[in-house]
Amino acid sequence: MNNPHHLNPTSLKSRFTTRFLRALTKIRAQKPISSSSPTEIFRRYRRIKAAADKSMAYSVRSRRIWSRAMLWKLRSRSYRRQDPCSGRRSGKTNQAIMKKSSNENTTTRREDGVGFVEEADELRQLVPGGETMNLCNLLDETAHYIKCLTTQVQVMKKIADFYSF
Amino acid sequence: MSSQRSTSSNKITDDELNALILRLQTLLPQLDQSRHGRVSAAKVLNEICSYIRRLQNEVDGLSGRLSQCLDSMDLTGFDAEIVRDLLQQ
Repeated sequence: MNNPHHLNPTSLKSRFTTRFLRALTKIRAQKPISSSSPTEIFRRYRRIKAAADKSMAYSVRSRRIWSRAMLWKLRSRSYRRQDPCSGRRSGKTNQAIMKKSSNENTTTRREDGVGFVEEADELRQLVPGGETMNLCNLLDETAHYIKCLTTQVQVMKKIADFYSF
Repeated sequence: MSSQRSTSSNKITDDELNALILRLQTLLPQLDQSRHGRVSAAKVLNEICSYIRRLQNEVDGLSGRLSQCLDSMDLTGFDAEIVRDLLQQ
């Protein structure tokens, strides 16, 4: 979890930091007025949160199931804004995938007598794309997802501390 | 990577499963193996879920903090220098 001090420009941490700072600059430029109403601050909070997830997903790219799922979700969200019908279609497809793979694996697990089906299902809800993963992938992806989350938190905290003394 | 092995069959071996659960356990400082030894898979997954939720909430809170101080941020000179600075601290 604690990244060793490395200035590797291709490390996940650097890639995320660069992207995220760039996104923050854009968000800041969008509304340069100094009057920060609660509504405005809330909007910014939403945008910053989306930027944090986007920056991380793009830094990981499609090398992981969870990042692919997150990128897919982010893209379909922007498509849905343009075409209101596309959301329904993608929802159906997702459900079909979910039913198929989760049935396979929960049945297998119960036959084996392993007692953590409920916990695994709960985990599926938390990890992006978790509903479509088999148990092995789920556990593998979870480890990587947590590593990325801790990096995300670490960098965001450093930025917030840096700019709010 | 164990995921490559398991794509050929539906069932994964107990060893693979244990290895994956153990790896998750090492991510949880509160279930440090030197003090707790073997912990049930259910407990590990339970703690993992709480941990993920906590991290996601932290991202939430930090996004809120950043939205408050965004105006005061001097991001104009941002480049490799600032990034290096942040990562070095």
